[in-house]
Amino acid sequence: MRERIECDVAIVGGGIVGGSAALFLRQAGLSVTLLERDWCGAKASGVNFGGVRRQGRPLEQLPLSQRAHAIWGRLPELLGTDAEYIRSGHLKLARSEPDLASLIDYRERSQGFGLGLEIVTGEEFRRRWPALGDRAIGGSLCPEDGHANPRLVSPAFARAAAGLGAVVREQTPVDRVEKEGDRFVLLSGDDLEVRARFLLNTAGAWSWRVAEAFGEPVPLESLHPNMAVTEPLPRFLDVNIGVEGGGVYGRQVPRGNMVVGGGRGFALDADRARPQRDAVLTLMRDAAELFPQLRHAHVIRCWTGVEGYTPDRNPIVGPSRTTPGLFHAFGFSGAGFQIGPGVGQTLAELVATGETAMPLEPFRIDRFQPTA
Amino acid sequence: MSGVLPPVIVGAGPAGIRAAERLVAAGLRPVVVDEAARWGGQIYRQPPEGGFTRPKTALYGFEAGKADAVHRAMAAIRDRVDYRPRTLVWNCEAGALDLLCDGGSETLPFSHLILATGATDRVLPFPGWTLPGVFTLGGSQVALKFQGCAVGRRVAFLGTGPLLYLVAYQYLKAGVEVAGVFDTTSFAAQARATPGMLRDPVTLAKGLLFVGWLRTHGVPIHNGVRPVRAEGAERVDALVLRDARGRERRTPCDAVAFGLGLRSETQLADLAGCRFRFDEADRAWLPERDGAGRSSVPGVYLAGDGSGIAGADAAELAGERAALALLEDRRLLVDGARVRELDGRLTRIAAFRRVLNAAFPFPEDWADSLADDTMICRCEGVTAGALREVARSGQAREMNRAKALTRAGMGRCQGRMCSATTAELLSRTLGTGPDGVGRLRAQPPIKPLPIATIIPSPQGGEGTDDGREVA
Repeated sequence: MRERIECDVAIVGGGIVGGSAALFLRQAGLSVTLLERDWCGAKASGVNFGGVRRQGRPLEQLPLSQRAHAIWGRLPELLGTDAEYIRSGHLKLARSEPDLASLIDYRERSQGFGLGLEIVTGEEFRRRWPALGDRAIGGSLCPEDGHANPRLVSPAFARAAAGLGAVVREQTPVDRVEKEGDRFVLLSGDDLEVRARFLLNTAGAWSWRVAEAFGEPVPLESLHPNMAVTEPLPRFLDVNIGVEGGGVYGRQVPRGNMVVGGGRGFALDADRARPQRDAVLTLMRDAAELFPQLRHAHVIRCWTGVEGYTPDRNPIVGPSRTTPGLFHAFGFSGAGFQIGPGVGQTLAELVATGETAMPLEPFRIDRFQPTA
Repeated sequence: MSGVLPPVIVGAGPAGIRAAERLVAAGLRPVVVDEAARWGGQIYRQPPEGGFTRPKTALYGFEAGKADAVHRAMAAIRDRVDYRPRTLVWNCEAGALDLLCDGGSETLPFSHLILATGATDRVLPFPGWTLPGVFTLGGSQVALKFQGCAVGRRVAFLGTGPLLYLVAYQYLKAGVEVAGVFDTTSFAAQARATPGMLRDPVTLAKGLLFVGWLRTHGVPIHNGVRPVRAEGAERVDALVLRDARGRERRTPCDAVAFGLGLRSETQLADLAGCRFRFDEADRAWLPERDGAGRSSVPGVYLAGDGSGIAGADAAELAGERAALALLEDRRLLVDGARVRELDGRLTRIAAFRRVLNAAFPFPEDWADSLADDTMICRCEGVTAGALREVARSGQAREMNRAKALTRAGMGRCQGRMCSATTAELLSRTLGTGPDGVGRLRAQPPIKPLPIATIIPSPQGGEGTDDGREVA
């Protein structure tokens, strides 16, 4: 006996984008069914580094990122938990004069978006962050950026949506999706059929399947950012750290554990990935070089996840070009955590009002198609 | 490319040593990797070299002969194996192990791998179990065997299983006061299982001797108990129990040794890609193995307590049997009569194991009695209440989700110590049965990896945007 659900909006994927979209759609009074084949927030949304960072994003992402920033400020009210979110500041380090110049350049270019970046160098840099010693000549601080526990944040969005009446079905893979007249029809095995006027494709690294079903192939590649965490250590760092020119990033959680990331894991299959030995060892070396405090610490766990990357490293966000009522939001290329709720809110806006003030042109799904 | 690399054995306990012995006899030179400084495993653990002169009869009691035989077997082949003591295997990936030894990491490729990883105590908490002076049974036995010291002056023994009586007996023999032996199994259950024990009269006789010896020395033995709490300010000073009649009993002591059987160390098998199944007898997810020790992954073999608790005698046989399977798979001639003999003996041990499990059943209601404020995961400070909450609220229906939400199993031990309890709590709260909440996925490193000792060879850059911050 197949269960049938009729609703305004069907959402495929219960990560931070799908979960927040469901929450804002419920706030707008639309009926929502969210289908998640695993557990909500268990994939890339839940296992990423946990940086809540606007600084360093391409300028075209900053409007959405700023929108998300406002939502992050309201987590307890929206989710009933702060999910260990701290506005600790995000400090991007420069290890050379050219790197510092590029941080200064970014500050100039991002003027007007409201990041409030502050370049700190020399004596003042060492005074403010003595723990970082002499491994950087300076850095760019975004005081209101920070970090959070993704394992708590991401499931909480779908949970809050369910609390407002969204139908959330976990362990429910979507096997078929098509449009019949003005209704999207989603099938999960022989158990469930969902019919909806709108469809949100927020299925992360697996979103290409839904896009393809509607004649919109995308060059989405699955990659696996490598993470590691140490045992708890005495507090020496309050800011979330990035490095201009890359290599390694790190944050210390209030409990004292240091979370670091860098390099890539490898795919076990289409759904699962593992840390890769050389990447783990390189990450440990790089992290200890950047944070000498780690030199006598132990790494207690390494992990990775499955994240969809686009060729230009910008996400795909906005209306389908083939199918009215379908909206995509995926391909965040390893930087979807902070921006996610802003994208979810924008999707809800598009569905509820038919428009948004957010500039989505750079994120068109058809931008990778060869121009005829 | 099978057969070009020397076989690799992880673990130098009874299973690993007998496997190595059999491979050497076939003309191969296996690599034997072991965490300990000396071979013997946990059960036949040797004291540190130099200065310790206790005879094996004092260290291993009735098992001295077996311990000595296993030790000698390894000594005899020492020059024909690539023996790597003090070496941690921290990862298994793409046909190679990652080793940590003397402050360096090394990658060891394999074509054939025998995992003889052994077991640790199955720790099931009770209020007060984190007090100093509370030890596991295995831990208190190792203290005696390896370091020649007792965990306390007046020790209470709590739990169930043959080890409970054995370790209590060993402590008594070592001159330590035994405050009591408190068995969670009812007397009736043990009495019912006794006829079956006659399949192995020697083991039964030993068990009876331990019990008799303890009784004649005035040690109280109580069946059908449940722990209430360990008491103490700085250190445990009493164990409070509820006896079979429901009365609370307080036993003054300065140490508690407790354990409810053992749990297999399965992380490497998991990282090696072995398929797992739920084993009712062990109440645990174990890597699948056939009668010869072949796992679901070609070239990976499983032997001894690391893939199912069967004891040291079975481990010796299974180690040799897995080595024979490996030789067969490498198209080398093996002695068919020996294979049949091992198979027969392993079958008999398995049958007796079922009897033992009936004699010392797992106390299924253990998790129900845990107060909400009982610490479950001491690495991360997660209480029983926190786990019950994520289960009751529908947020977590399986282990990995519970870990993500509560941090249980996220600390230094990576769930090796707490996951048995977490599974009990979740399954009892959800009413699923012990196999209904899945198992924690293993993640490298298997044990904490000291950053200082890792000096990787520089890798060529991939030219990707690897350095971009992720989220």
